Amino acid sequence: MNVRTLLLAGVAAFALTSGANAEGELNIYNWGNYTSPDLIKKFEEKYDVKVTVTDYDSNDTALTKIEAGGHGFDIVVPSANYVPIFVNKGLLLEARPDEMENFKNVSERWRDVPWDPGRHYTVPWQWGSTGVAVNKTAYSGDPNTSAIFLDPPEELVGKVNVVPEMNDVMGLAIMYAGGEPCTEDKEVLKKVRDTLMAAKPKWLSIGYGTTDKLSNNEMMASVNWNGSTFRARLANPNVVYGYPKEGYVMWMDSVAIIKDAKNVENAKLFMNFIMEPENAAMISAFARYANGIDGSEEFMPDDMKTAPEINVPAEFADKGQFLPTCSPAARDLYTAIWTELQK
Amino acid sequence: MAAADTNTPAISSHEARVNTQRVRRNWLLSLPAICLLLIGASGPLLIVLIYSFLEPGDYGGVTWKPTLDAWFKIFFRVDIFDETVHLADAHLSIFWRSVKLSLLTTLITFAFGFPTAYFIATRSKRQRAAWLFLITIPFWTNLLIRTFAIMEVIRNEGIVNTLAIKFGFIDTPIQMLYTEGAVLLGMAYVYLPLMVLPLYASIERFDFRLLEAGYDLYANRWQVFRRIVLPLVSPGIVAGSILVFVPSLGAYVTPRVLGGGRKMMIGNFIELQFGQGQNWPLGAALSMLLLIVVAVALLFYVRAISGERSHG
Repeated sequence: MNVRTLLLAGVAAFALTSGANAEGELNIYNWGNYTSPDLIKKFEEKYDVKVTVTDYDSNDTALTKIEAGGHGFDIVVPSANYVPIFVNKGLLLEARPDEMENFKNVSERWRDVPWDPGRHYTVPWQWGSTGVAVNKTAYSGDPNTSAIFLDPPEELVGKVNVVPEMNDVMGLAIMYAGGEPCTEDKEVLKKVRDTLMAAKPKWLSIGYGTTDKLSNNEMMASVNWNGSTFRARLANPNVVYGYPKEGYVMWMDSVAIIKDAKNVENAKLFMNFIMEPENAAMISAFARYANGIDGSEEFMPDDMKTAPEINVPAEFADKGQFLPTCSPAARDLYTAIWTELQK
Repeated sequence: MAAADTNTPAISSHEARVNTQRVRRNWLLSLPAICLLLIGASGPLLIVLIYSFLEPGDYGGVTWKPTLDAWFKIFFRVDIFDETVHLADAHLSIFWRSVKLSLLTTLITFAFGFPTAYFIATRSKRQRAAWLFLITIPFWTNLLIRTFAIMEVIRNEGIVNTLAIKFGFIDTPIQMLYTEGAVLLGMAYVYLPLMVLPLYASIERFDFRLLEAGYDLYANRWQVFRRIVLPLVSPGIVAGSILVFVPSLGAYVTPRVLGGGRKMMIGNFIELQFGQGQNWPLGAALSMLLLIVVAVALLFYVRAISGERSHG
């Protein structure tokens, strides 16, 4: 092979790669098992963009990776109480979704939220609650209480799981003890610690995978998310979702563009795209959570319109609370309790 | 072995010069490797070490203010309710659990690995290759998948419980998953090949005529094993134990999946600090402590070998 052919080969290779670039790319960094493949396919076809989805398992994983840099992601989907942390660290681009065409579809309720006033950074992805799931065959009593895992009834001893989400579990336990989420009140926390320590021997495990394990009777109750419980119920009709009357945790995950994103324009297209009711419905149809876009209901599967996991019963509507961003001092207290719990 | 040195004839000055040159050249040749080690291995470690002496940032990361806080926190806890200082019993029990389970894993893999290695080493050459091949097969599969496979075997509706109920040994499933026994089973299964291979390597070199000599001199089976076999294969035992003990100590996936997460091991505890706990300096200090424990264990093992040698 002489120099000329080498050069030609080089030029050809360059032409090929730059050709791929011209079509555009979008790298989404989202929670695992959370992104509808149909939605991605539709976006790819509509805008001729190659989308790559990478999974993470916690807000902290996402935060650490993005803060470290060199990640190559354009979009991240942090929870409400992490959005201010991302913003204050200067990790998000002020993409002004509130000025985008489809912003008019965002429900009034989600337009001006405490974690992103006026929605300058983020667009609703999905929202829901963290409560409890119970298998009726094991326990037929009232599931609408945190006592399911904090003071398990006889029938559930040794069969309850708790998800390893420190903030959610502490939030539920604090409300059960009569306090406010993110409290630093020692009296309340002492009660919380004692309740958790007394309950722990009655737990089966502290782990994820609740959808599958509730479906196949591997666990009879768990702290769980509403959409995950919904999916478990579709596979196992005995599973019910409980909204703890002492107070349950509400959350919303929002789509944001990362400051050092390489494909900002595509990311903005994606933001606008998911505020379209038909597309938002695809998000919900996959992960089974509500999405915060008006008019998306009519595009959703029928079973979602009546699902008690998605449509909060009126009597529990005011019992849910969004977790604020806890102070570092509160977090250190919670970590200490969390560590003692698993020692 | 030490006797060999005294028999070596004095080195001529010419040879000494050649030797010096050779040493110098060897140094130069290994320079790239040394640089890579310094930058690739020591660099990150140095960062971890430095981070362990800094203050935590508000939400992850570090603040560049030097403090011994993280190291203090490993061993002592200020009670969050009455602010008295105690020994950090939660941390100590997590550390103790890790060390205990790692030692037990090492013992179990040795108990199963030694007969296995002995069996393989005493086969014909062709058979040996086949057996060794079988031992390495698990390495082809991802650790996570192997761990989930074990879960499938021992869970309540898994293979063991289903069969036991079917044949009428038990009425209700035995809770095996989410226990320390499950963690132990998982780790022993995962690390067994790491024990078998070095053991095999040293047993294979073993001169079996020594056994006959021992029996000829009226030693019984136990004495032959204790006085002849064990000392001669001890390098393999030491290597295998290190290979099993060290990764067991930092195990993360197995305790999380099979242990049910109710009781942490060091690996999980370190992850908590870099994750939800958002206390990087404490995580860094814990990682350094883990490294120190491993280094001490290695020193102990190395001394154990040289001790055996000098007796021999």
